[in-house]
Amino acid sequence: MILEKKRSDLVTMILFSMVVLSMPIWLNPLGANYPDLLQKFAIFGIFAIGYNILFGLTGYLSFGHAIFLGVGSYTAVWSFKLLSMNVIPAVISSVILAGIVAAFVGFVSLRRSGIYFSILTLAFAQMFYNLAYSVLTPITNGETGLQLALEDPRVIDRLFSTAGEGLPSTELFGLSMSGYSGFYFCAVMLIVAFYVSLKIFNSPFGLKLKAIKSNQHRMKYTGYNTRPYLLTAFIISGMFAGLAGALMAVTDPLAGAERMQWTASGEVVLMTILGGVGTLYGPLLGVVIIKYLENIFSAVNEAVLQTFFDFLPSWLQDTMVVIVSPFVGEGWHLTLGLMFMGIVIFLPGGITEGFQKMKKRFFTKENSESSNQEGK
Amino acid sequence: MDAILIQLLNGLDKGAAYALIALGLTLVFGTLGVVNFAHGALFMLGAFCAVTFQKILTISVKVVDPSITFFTAYKEQPYLEIWFGDVGLAIIDYAVPLSIFMAIPVMLLIGLVMERGLIRHFYKRTHAEQILVTFGLAIVIQEVIRHFFGANPIPTPAPDIVSSSAAIGSWLGLSENLVYPWWRLIYLAFSALIITSVFAFLQLTTFGMIVRAGMFDRQMVGFLGIDVQRKFTIVFGLAAVVAGLAGVMYAPILPPDYHMGMDFLVLSFVVVVVGGMGSLGGAVAAGFLLGILQSFASMTVITELVPGIDQVIIYLVAVIVLLTRPRGLMGRKGVMED
Amino acid sequence: MSESVLKITNVNKSFGGLKALNNINLNIEKGKVHAIIGPNGAGKSTLLNVCIGLLAPDTGTVEFNGKNIVGKQAHEINQMGLVRVFQTPEIFADLSLLENVMVPALAKRDGSFKFKIFRSLANEVDIMEEAISALDSIGMSDKLYQLAGSMSRGDKRRLELAVCLIQHPKLLLLDEPTAGMARHDTNQTIELLKKIKEGGMAKIIIEHDMHVVFSVADTISVLARGEIIATGTPDEIKGNPVVQEAYLGGSDE
Repeated sequence: MILEKKRSDLVTMILFSMVVLSMPIWLNPLGANYPDLLQKFAIFGIFAIGYNILFGLTGYLSFGHAIFLGVGSYTAVWSFKLLSMNVIPAVISSVILAGIVAAFVGFVSLRRSGIYFSILTLAFAQMFYNLAYSVLTPITNGETGLQLALEDPRVIDRLFSTAGEGLPSTELFGLSMSGYSGFYFCAVMLIVAFYVSLKIFNSPFGLKLKAIKSNQHRMKYTGYNTRPYLLTAFIISGMFAGLAGALMAVTDPLAGAERMQWTASGEVVLMTILGGVGTLYGPLLGVVIIKYLENIFSAVNEAVLQTFFDFLPSWLQDTMVVIVSPFVGEGWHLTLGLMFMGIVIFLPGGITEGFQKMKKRFFTKENSESSNQEGK
Repeated sequence: MDAILIQLLNGLDKGAAYALIALGLTLVFGTLGVVNFAHGALFMLGAFCAVTFQKILTISVKVVDPSITFFTAYKEQPYLEIWFGDVGLAIIDYAVPLSIFMAIPVMLLIGLVMERGLIRHFYKRTHAEQILVTFGLAIVIQEVIRHFFGANPIPTPAPDIVSSSAAIGSWLGLSENLVYPWWRLIYLAFSALIITSVFAFLQLTTFGMIVRAGMFDRQMVGFLGIDVQRKFTIVFGLAAVVAGLAGVMYAPILPPDYHMGMDFLVLSFVVVVVGGMGSLGGAVAAGFLLGILQSFASMTVITELVPGIDQVIIYLVAVIVLLTRPRGLMGRKGVMED
Repeated sequence: MSESVLKITNVNKSFGGLKALNNINLNIEKGKVHAIIGPNGAGKSTLLNVCIGLLAPDTGTVEFNGKNIVGKQAHEINQMGLVRVFQTPEIFADLSLLENVMVPALAKRDGSFKFKIFRSLANEVDIMEEAISALDSIGMSDKLYQLAGSMSRGDKRRLELAVCLIQHPKLLLLDEPTAGMARHDTNQTIELLKKIKEGGMAKIIIEHDMHVVFSVADTISVLARGEIIATGTPDEIKGNPVVQEAYLGGSDE
């Protein structure tokens, strides 16, 4: 039984890696196989997986995770500026720094639970945003955002070569991190992140987190010191967010304060609950759906709509365009908000739960039908 | 001295806005037990009531401009001016204060619809779900407003007569240069009026008594056979009106844009928490306190001493209060203390 | 005299002007079942909360196995071997029955915190077997993967008992273990309480149901108006006129 389980973890990982790495192929028919979008899938996938470790397993709703995303991005860009354009030091330092910041924010916020925890993280998010936007301008370059510059020292790079002309681009030992190679790098990181998440879900540690979500009171009277568990989960999810932030900088080396707005944390909540909070694959499903739809919806404008409804009689065509146009293009956020509400109202367990419900209904229906037939 | 007085007034102004939003927020939380992330959106909707009303009043028609004689020029002339002449212009001038009369029924309606249509179904859900669904609603409202009014702030001026500044310096026998905008003073007085009426309403009427009892022990009030559901709906409507009126009157101070609700939301949550979740007096006191604190922190003397303190002071205070005195300044013992 | 597990000495506790506990002395011996009875408002809950360290007494000491437990946190007290069963069953409603008993078993083995995120749960064969046998002892081993929240109240109580017993406590505190149970369930619980005696576990039972008390208790203490008015064997308590006046006979309950 034990051996079987071990193999199934391995099988899961192989299947998962295959699915992720072959995304450029199987997303082709959907028209979603270009590197930009694929990178987004992977990056937000990491973000959501990490968020799910906190919110999904322990039930603590944080609005502060955009902080760690931002810290990751800033750290990565600084690593590009000061050390090297190689992504390895950038990623490592980002994850570590995000972990440290998460440890601080988590240590303070986790002294409270429930809505107080949410509001504390909200206050921290706004505080860090303000810091990044105006106070810490020397570090974050404020409103403009942090960018690469020609005169950056890049000490490690300078040891091996002289500065070339023009801005250098991010690379992994000579392999440029733009386009598909950038995606594959993010994809490998996603696979690593997923592996960690899978291990946590299947470990006694994960079980204890779920137990905290279910009944923290009982947990304390069962001999557990719940706070270190929560803090660990918080730090791990913060490090995932830091990794995601670093990868954003890897694929596009600039970092801005808007990445740290608390509403950005709202987006990752939506992705997580849309797919299915607390499930292993749900958050990834949510990310793919939302980023894919965002990609389509925000590209659509009135002209596109006109052609889309071309088959209708012209008066109906115009009406349809008028009806639909508020929800596309600039109005994508409206659609997002409506989706958000719809999911929370009708399907709090997300799509994963929806599938299970449908499956159940389908099967019970079949069963009852067959039993009816037997009755006849 | 002058600077301190100005900052005090600025702080009171800001604080009045925080207090009015937080008042409704804590009222809704105390009675309905719902954490409403869409409350900031109500404030924003109030401000857009003023914008809309102004737009309606200034609906114009193209007419020939008689002041330009050497060719036929056109100008936009509001119907009100054409119909009523100077009286019409005066009405337009007073758009913001007049829009209060439109805002009250509109906000009440919005509040009732929101409670009946959405919030009611979330009484029994978890706080996390309440937060998420109202957060979604806030986004929807915000985006709808952006769709109709665009992304840019819309200037909504106060009536001409109060657009100048009051010479408070000379009233108090201080410097002649000490002046303060009339409208901000009016805003302050208006807020005080609203806060007083809400408190009077809750203290003096039977309805208010039930609401206060409900805040104390919701189940008990239910056992007494009082139709709590209906009372809740009205409380929610009331909170919406208060937030809306705050928005209307704030429009001349801060030109409304679609995300002002979200900006104020976080602050008012902080205010509610500092004041004590579910405590009305606490919300008002904390609102003014934090407004003044923020205002003083932004004085040059202070920012030179601690750069950027004005940007984070409120949140720092909130974090410290939550950690050292989780029930807030005036919260009841045992409420949400875990 | 046998070994003492819990020793409460000269404990006083007041809330404002109300004297909830007045000079309480209590000695729970190893392997014994000690019942605490008393009319409503006698201070039973206060005494219970003092026993588990939740409430600090104004004066006096509470010693568990010779160690002071006043001011200790809930998880520390549990790890020392003092385990509590709640009046309304506290279980992990969103977890399966198997997981419900695995969590306390892990607590017993791992202590109050263990960071091992890469260990697979499937490798915890010992824990799983222990959990299954614990569920077997309450007759629930046939529904290992059922969610605990979907069970009847009586079943939840029995599950909670299993959750507590798997930790092999030195002292088990039961707060009205049969309240709201049907006769049949009550009898089942009595049988269960009689059965679990291994390892010299002591028990404190707070209970209204005299049938339960007299069936399981070795010693009974009667609490009235914050004072212990009598302590003795069930037979001594039955025959004690002071108790009869204060509680059994004289009260209008």
